[in-house]
Amino acid sequence: MANKQRNILLFSLLGLGFIVLFFINISFGSINIPLKEVYKSLTGGQASKSTWEYIIINYRMPKAITAVLVGMGLSISGLLMQTLFRNPLAGPYVLGLSSGASLGVAIVILGAALMPPFLATFLVSSYGIVLASSLGSFAVLLAVLTVSHRLRDTMAILIVGLMFGSLTSSIVGTLTYFSTAEQLQKFTFWSLGNLGNLSWTAISILSSCVLIGLVLSLISVKPLNSLLLGENYAKSLGMNYKKARLIIIFATSILAGSITAFAGPVAFIGLAVPHIAKLVFQTSNHTILFWGTILFGALIMLICDSISQLPGSDITLPINAVTSIFGAPIVIWLLIRKRKMMN
Amino acid sequence: MKNEIILQALKISIGYSHKKEKTIIASNIDLSLRKGKLIALIGANGIGKSTLLKTITGIQKTITGTVLLNGTSIHNLDSLILAQNLSVVLTEKLPPSNLTVFELVALGRQPYTNWIGKLTDLDIAKVEEAMLLTQISHLATKKHFEISDGQLQKVLIARALAQDTPLIILDEPTTHLDLLHKVSLFKLLKKLTQETEKCILFSTHDIDMAIQLSDEMIIMTPETVIQDEPCNFISKGSFNTLFNDEHIIFDQEKGKFLIV
Repeated sequence: MANKQRNILLFSLLGLGFIVLFFINISFGSINIPLKEVYKSLTGGQASKSTWEYIIINYRMPKAITAVLVGMGLSISGLLMQTLFRNPLAGPYVLGLSSGASLGVAIVILGAALMPPFLATFLVSSYGIVLASSLGSFAVLLAVLTVSHRLRDTMAILIVGLMFGSLTSSIVGTLTYFSTAEQLQKFTFWSLGNLGNLSWTAISILSSCVLIGLVLSLISVKPLNSLLLGENYAKSLGMNYKKARLIIIFATSILAGSITAFAGPVAFIGLAVPHIAKLVFQTSNHTILFWGTILFGALIMLICDSISQLPGSDITLPINAVTSIFGAPIVIWLLIRKRKMMN
Repeated sequence: MKNEIILQALKISIGYSHKKEKTIIASNIDLSLRKGKLIALIGANGIGKSTLLKTITGIQKTITGTVLLNGTSIHNLDSLILAQNLSVVLTEKLPPSNLTVFELVALGRQPYTNWIGKLTDLDIAKVEEAMLLTQISHLATKKHFEISDGQLQKVLIARALAQDTPLIILDEPTTHLDLLHKVSLFKLLKKLTQETEKCILFSTHDIDMAIQLSDEMIIMTPETVIQDEPCNFISKGSFNTLFNDEHIIFDQEKGKFLIV
């Protein structure tokens, strides 16, 4: 089929684009390192300046890898939610998962002073933050799911997500009132979203979580496809609905939760990227969408991160600012263009 | 073997249970669906036809009684085995997606495909056959939201055919169709039951046509649910109990409803 050839071409282009952007992302920053040198030091050779090599290995590489993980993970969690909720506007940020994760992190960072010291040290460590944030997003997802089961109206689900968002942010607000300036600063920086500053240990935790989430999503491809016909048809097609839904929910929360724990709440990627993949590949088949979404997610996050560095200057924009500027118009455009598909 | 029972409902009551409150719509229902039969379910609006169909397809639980598929209770059956024996066409709207007609029909093959849902040559042949039977082959590459409601109805029926099950249950499959397409659909269902030994149960409001074409009928009234052959229903005058209205009378000679 002509479709098959088109898909192969698209995947090759995306793969190529991914490699090129990965190098460009590493080369751009407050100091621009020539692409040739990036290539040299990444392939095991020596860069001309040892400072360049130091920057690449300790700062640029971890950040680029984080961007890739964040892009892939958030986009896939968005794809899962859009199919699970039968709602094209679902996403980890919109449905309040990111706020749930924020609440978890806020309780840990801001509330640490109120807890016994041994618990506080564990909680403020990377593991504790991941755990708190995953639990937070899991709780919100469960709550939204429970409510959505009674509502069955797609718009109402979004409003419920929004309400959970403001509920959690008001609790976070209350917590900040009682916390020290230092804790507050730590939390504020976290909440702006940041792909840098991750140690290699943190990256290994993050990548294991993202890997688990992606594998769970991959085994959910078939149930996701049958869910395109709605719950009852899916069941009639032999899908074990309860089990499949649990796996999908678990995958979504571990992806959104772990990423939010390390990179802060990153807006719009989870919502916009699956739509871009659906639009480009012109399909709803999750076997194709899975890989398409992963590649687009990584690609777009690398672009956003490169822009946020404002190449050649010392300033770094918060990653959230860039993803929102990029994501919000896409959502509006999608709504207008795909009105028929939406209702 | 002509009378082999595929699905049997034993003294079931249907309805909704919400927490501890139970709303029973109809009770004491006995049904048996046999191989090679075309069976029509009729009854007034809101009488609970959809609930009955949902209950015997296992989507909804019975309040009391059991539904047996090939002798095993439908709720104890492995979901995959169930899917290989029973396919459904429902009235509910499809969620938004980019599915093409071909992809939608191909989803009917899910009970047979591997973990990632890859279609084998046999699967593709079954899908193409189902689309040919329902005369929708020319729509294959269209998106499912681009076609008319009547065409979508046929696509959903093709999906059930592709699932290749001995029993197909359809909830109001003729709703969006004009007379021409209604007749051709009824004829298709009839042909399928005769040629493939499938049992097909469908609910409908086209009672005249159902009387002419179906082998058996199930009549739902507020009092009872009864299954019999159409000619027996006519001679017993059962159709007059269908609508509780003095202005609608069933003419036994002509075999249709008259308005007086």
